[in-house]
Amino acid sequence: MRGGDPNAATRRPVRGHALWYAHIIHRVSGIALALFLPLHFWVLSLALTDAARLDNFLAFTELPFVKVAEFGLVFLLALHLFGGMRLMALEWLPWRAPHKTLAAGTLAVSAFVSGVFFLQAI
Amino acid sequence: MLDFRLYMAQRLSALIMAPLVVGHLAVMIYAVQGGLSAGEILGRTQGSLFWALFYGGFVVAVSVHAAIGLRTVISEWTRLRGGMLNGVAMAIFATLLVMGGRAVLAVTLV
Amino acid sequence: MLDDASIAETDHAADSIAVSVWRGDASGGTWETFTVPRQPSQTVLDIVTWIQQEADPTLTYRFACRVGMCGSCAMMVNDEPRWTCRTHVGRVVKDGAISIAPLRNLPVIKDLATDMDPFFDKWVKAEATHHPSAGRHDDFAAVLPDDEQRVEASAGIECINCAVCYAACDTVAGNPDYLGPAALQRAWTLYNDSRDDAGGAILDAVSAQGGCHSCHSMGSCTHYCPNDLDPMGAIAGLKRATAKRFFRRGRG
Repeated sequence: MRGGDPNAATRRPVRGHALWYAHIIHRVSGIALALFLPLHFWVLSLALTDAARLDNFLAFTELPFVKVAEFGLVFLLALHLFGGMRLMALEWLPWRAPHKTLAAGTLAVSAFVSGVFFLQAI
Repeated sequence: MLDFRLYMAQRLSALIMAPLVVGHLAVMIYAVQGGLSAGEILGRTQGSLFWALFYGGFVVAVSVHAAIGLRTVISEWTRLRGGMLNGVAMAIFATLLVMGGRAVLAVTLV
Repeated sequence: MLDDASIAETDHAADSIAVSVWRGDASGGTWETFTVPRQPSQTVLDIVTWIQQEADPTLTYRFACRVGMCGSCAMMVNDEPRWTCRTHVGRVVKDGAISIAPLRNLPVIKDLATDMDPFFDKWVKAEATHHPSAGRHDDFAAVLPDDEQRVEASAGIECINCAVCYAACDTVAGNPDYLGPAALQRAWTLYNDSRDDAGGAILDAVSAQGGCHSCHSMGSCTHYCPNDLDPMGAIAGLKRATAKRFFRRGRG
């Protein structure tokens, strides 16, 4: 039996509908991108301090698993971009759109864009 | 009013970034063909005022946007509040701005 | 969704239901299981009432109208917030079992009764109270049902204050200052009501800490609202109105 703290019973998150998933995808992709940015910036700034090391690092991006990771990052960026545009439309445009459909659409467009990237990368 | 100001800064930085991210996605898809090399990247960006402004604007907007976004997530998912919370957000902003600014300089300076 | 015919069918699928009820108070509690006889067209509120009348008279819960008008009887049913008087057992029973707990995001008083004070305090904090633009000596206000603003207001006025949206919202769970969907939706209806005289004060109130800008549009409010209202859309309206005012005046 669950129990003890009353909030253990009452604080269970209410999940499992389309826009909640859109929300958590937007949040998690945002966190992941924010964590990736310092690494991204550091690698690029090698061009200033240590150009040979930058080339070594870029050679590392030829590894298959790095390509998959790159695809993941592009996918997250596309998700955050298109998901964010949907939110801006919801908040600032004076029309009521079918937001479940739009959320599904952002997923499809993101998969397409990052898929194109992946096909170019391999 | 802090909540409202942060909201506006978050949304305005998002609107600035939207076209920049579309551009960045296009550049990535174009540039990744045939593999990445320092020479190729720097050949495109070094000495270019356009790319300096493009990525410079990107860095400023993303620093604002990510700091506010992470501040919200941290406040909802942890117990951090008040001055500590704002301190962490400012630290995120400063870190991204400095590191990003350095990266933009590195790839655009001749 | 089940139609009425399939509800009637499932109504006789079993003779009894295993009902887990959360028992306790603000200091803690536990789950207690009751075996409740199955009846045709039984609602979740019927189950709770049966337990109190036939099994354990100390069970505490809250209800009044039993027809979905008063907003008193909302509870967590299988971890989802619902108005129990209008929730058929046939719609929610899983493998002959149901769990019933007090509403999420509100302090528990005892068993299934939560303290609604924080919920209603936030209505006042959101300026979701009528600010009359005319007195008793003035003529009746003409309210045109097709007026654009009136349509926005009318979309949200059927709220019964049941706090289902408040319990459904993860932002309320993570941010105790957040005013919540119901209070903000009422603020939006009043903002659009030509008889309300405090549009500016409403926008100030919903721009303060924990106001409409804390919302992440996850839409659990709209998803769970038993009256099919759209608090998420109303909150988006407040965001739009505050942003518009910002651009017009060049300040917050």
